[in-house]
Amino acid sequence: MDKSDISCPFAKARLNDGFGKMDDQDDPVLMVLRHKDVRRSAHNWKTFQSGAKPGRIVVPSEVNIRDVRQIPFEVDPPLHGAYRAVLEQWFRRPLDENYTLELKSQITSIIDSALSKNNIEVISDLALVMQSRALTLLLNVPIEEAETWISWGTHVFRSEESAVDADKANILYDYIDDQIQQKIDNPGTDLYSQLLSTEVNGEKLTKEEVKGVMILTFAGGRDTVINATSNTIAYFADHPESLERLRQEPELIKYTIEELIRYFSPLTHMGRVATEDSQVCGHMVEADTRISLNWASANRDSSVFDNADEVVIDRKINPHVAFGFGTHNCLGATHARQIMKVLIQTLIDKVESIEIIDCKENIETLGDFERKVGFDKLNVKFTPKK
Amino acid sequence: MAKITFITKNDQTIIAEGNSGNVMELAVQNKVTGIDGDCGGVCSCATCHVHVSPDDWDKVGAPSELESDMLEFDENVSEYSRLSCQINVTDDIDGIVLNVAK
Repeated sequence: MDKSDISCPFAKARLNDGFGKMDDQDDPVLMVLRHKDVRRSAHNWKTFQSGAKPGRIVVPSEVNIRDVRQIPFEVDPPLHGAYRAVLEQWFRRPLDENYTLELKSQITSIIDSALSKNNIEVISDLALVMQSRALTLLLNVPIEEAETWISWGTHVFRSEESAVDADKANILYDYIDDQIQQKIDNPGTDLYSQLLSTEVNGEKLTKEEVKGVMILTFAGGRDTVINATSNTIAYFADHPESLERLRQEPELIKYTIEELIRYFSPLTHMGRVATEDSQVCGHMVEADTRISLNWASANRDSSVFDNADEVVIDRKINPHVAFGFGTHNCLGATHARQIMKVLIQTLIDKVESIEIIDCKENIETLGDFERKVGFDKLNVKFTPKK
Repeated sequence: MAKITFITKNDQTIIAEGNSGNVMELAVQNKVTGIDGDCGGVCSCATCHVHVSPDDWDKVGAPSELESDMLEFDENVSEYSRLSCQINVTDDIDGIVLNVAK
């Protein structure tokens, strides 16, 4: 088995039962595992809602560390659509030429720096830096701001002792409060200022609502982007033939991006709360209990994907749900895809090979299931292209 | 060469011509509002949903099973729905009219 391989712990349960169970702070979760059931449940927002108590649809639950509702993530239609409509345009800015050029310049500098060293720890010294700097583009704030975010470490909510750590979360919440106040006093061209001047249903967004959007933007794009980019580097370390093939056939990159995101599924699952008694895959779901939409499992469903457990870099039909599905599909997906595209192009241009020196896997525990989502540590050596 | 007519939600008509690639790519090149093609054309994002004019349905043909599955849970789905990334631009579809779903 290669170091970059990510096996699927849900295979047996998906085939036999279609669901898996886990406890989470005495609020159990029924994980939905099959591709079709995941999509059906995601589509059915009336029965499986996102607009529950703030923090409850996240697994592990954040109800004990957060009162602020993340927007539009924890809002159901039709209000969800009104919020989403005012955010869509901003979150499509990654497609602008200037944005892409800036991102290219950022990532080139990071890879150049990695190439100049004997070896580099990818998680802290490459992926976190790349994610943080890229986020300054999404927020349209000075790149220096990234230094603060990098200093928080790889996990904003987690610590060694706890999966949800209130002290660590408060660092982010206090920071955002402070930024919002600064932008109220001195408006600019950044996302905070944009949100503060935005109206939804004829009313200006409140400070609380702006904070809800910003928490989502920070939290949703942190671990996920770090996992996606560091797993990508590990993959190309183990598969130099893929890097070479993309050098020869760069038109395949668009397929490779989607395939790697499917295979990695950086976010394992996301919860919903049942508004009424229902069932999933023949299993009873009582009102006011939680299910989760297990994207990682759905993305390995062999009834949908041939060779589901392999990376097929030119997979042409790839209806993966790694960015979610339906109403709440990932708002940051355009930004994430641009990062992946520019990263892969930069590796093709500059890197001959990557060697994994040592690594420590990042394993999530979900009841009896243990899933590798990436690495806690990944030491590699980059060799420049001749 | 195939000539394709896109009609957007705000009733804008865009006529585009092409002879390779897929219809989503042609629409994005011609800045057809409502066709985003976020996933690059791998049938994952459903942001390239069109309704084929009933008269042209035979030229375009029915979706594959996987594409149907993606469309099943889409908003505004009709019996003439297709994901335009799954329609190749060839002479066979010359003259078709597509109504953008979003």
